[in-house]
Amino acid sequence: MRPFSYERASDVQRAVIGGRETRQGQTDAPVQFLAGGTTLIDLMKLDVLRPARVVDIKGLKAAHASIEATPQRLRLGALASMAATARHPGVLRDYPVIAESLQLAASAQLRNMATLGGNVLQRTRCPYYRDTSWAECNKRDPGSGCTALKSFNRNHAVLGVDDSCISQYPGDFAVALVALDAAVELTGPTGRRMIAFETLHRPPQGKPNVETTLMPGEVITAFEVPAGPWTRRSLYLKIRDRSSYEFALSSAAVALDLNGGAVRQARIGLGGMAYRPWRAKEAEALLVGRPLNEGNAMAAATAALAGARTHGGNDFKPELGRRTLVRALLQAAAMEA
Amino acid sequence: MSTTSPAADGPTRRRLFEAAAGLAAAPAIAQAAAPAPTVRKSGAVDVVLNVNGQDHPLTLDPRTTLLDALREHLHLTGSKKGCDQGQCGACTVHVDGERVLSCLTLAVAVQGAKVTTIEGLAGPNGAVHPMQQAFIDNDGFQCGYCTPGQIMSAVACVKEGHAGSDGEIAEYMSGNLCRCAAYPKIVAAIKQARGKMERG
Repeated sequence: MRPFSYERASDVQRAVIGGRETRQGQTDAPVQFLAGGTTLIDLMKLDVLRPARVVDIKGLKAAHASIEATPQRLRLGALASMAATARHPGVLRDYPVIAESLQLAASAQLRNMATLGGNVLQRTRCPYYRDTSWAECNKRDPGSGCTALKSFNRNHAVLGVDDSCISQYPGDFAVALVALDAAVELTGPTGRRMIAFETLHRPPQGKPNVETTLMPGEVITAFEVPAGPWTRRSLYLKIRDRSSYEFALSSAAVALDLNGGAVRQARIGLGGMAYRPWRAKEAEALLVGRPLNEGNAMAAATAALAGARTHGGNDFKPELGRRTLVRALLQAAAMEA
Repeated sequence: MSTTSPAADGPTRRRLFEAAAGLAAAPAIAQAAAPAPTVRKSGAVDVVLNVNGQDHPLTLDPRTTLLDALREHLHLTGSKKGCDQGQCGACTVHVDGERVLSCLTLAVAVQGAKVTTIEGLAGPNGAVHPMQQAFIDNDGFQCGYCTPGQIMSAVACVKEGHAGSDGEIAEYMSGNLCRCAAYPKIVAAIKQARGKMERG
């Protein structure tokens, strides 16, 4: 690991000042925030992230780690741990898709360490990004190319990709957030702002090194999830190579509001498929007003994966994604909610 | 279980349980109230690590992980370095009663927190913890390299209330790999210790 200077920010104002050079999630940003450290320290050991300065924001826990559920919304402090959020009674009862997305991620140790804010910003597991001996990686080194396009790409993304990058967004929690129309609260040099969670992660657009729409110095301080009649009938289905402690090959976050057997409203997020946390609005629209049977679920799933682009190793993914979504929808419809 | 802890007055089981008890809400407050480590002009950091109930003042390069601080600076070599990338669980310790990976934790970041290692599990007079005894009784290991991490994780697994069934134990112990594949014996050990720990 390269040398760096360490500082602690005891409150959000100090974090923002310390974080002026965090840029927008670029790998070569000279300053990185440290919260749980589960991605940061890992990638610093691999010499992928090389910050000159690390600003430890764990001290923000005192003010930004609470979890509040009201009839209108769920508010999650960004410094809450994944484990604390997953076991919160209000989250478990009213937002099972959020609890499950967290509980099925990583390991017990990592869930104790990792914060929600850090979790949504975790970086891709693309092996060509994580191993600096590969010269071509547009995410690490803009303009150098993409090794994954022509190499091993079994678990690379099929949605939201372009020729500059086909890396996959690896997280689970973010897939639940994007499905539920969450907002993210950012605190930065010019104060506080709320943005749609859907807009936090950028599409590659030829510049995959710029990962987020965060402004320099901005810290994620909270997430807000609006309450809705669909949040109780919700689940997270994760398909992976082993049954625990593994990233998704395919996943679906599904929330349904049913009127008898027919769908009044649906919310669908897809994981393991896309460059960034993925919302499948076309699929949602196809379900509204229809009974939730296997045929209609497959029609929705077909729409959700219609834009898939594969690159050889991941040719199996669209079909896996469709089947994952169909199963998730049918399971959600069968829930007692 | 060898004990190389330099702690003169070894940690008691009671202290250990107290550290774990207030787990859900306490760490945030403990962390926030902690004084920040002092950064020297050279970039080195003066830090006080509380390990197994005893404060240890150290001057560290900020790159030093908690695992390296424990092993190389405090000579507590029970916590093992397996992958050093947060994938194997051999380095598992408790920070403020919660199990974490010491290889992905910067030592300077845990000033103000209470760290418990495998060396701190033994009771007064060196009596082994019920989980340690259960691993011995059930042959919960072969080569033994992953064992300290397994045991630290297993103690937390029981305290969290995640040792209800074989399936639940497997799920909540999935962050600790055992290349000898002693998993069935580890599950048996956790079930044995669960009863003893719950009875106190």
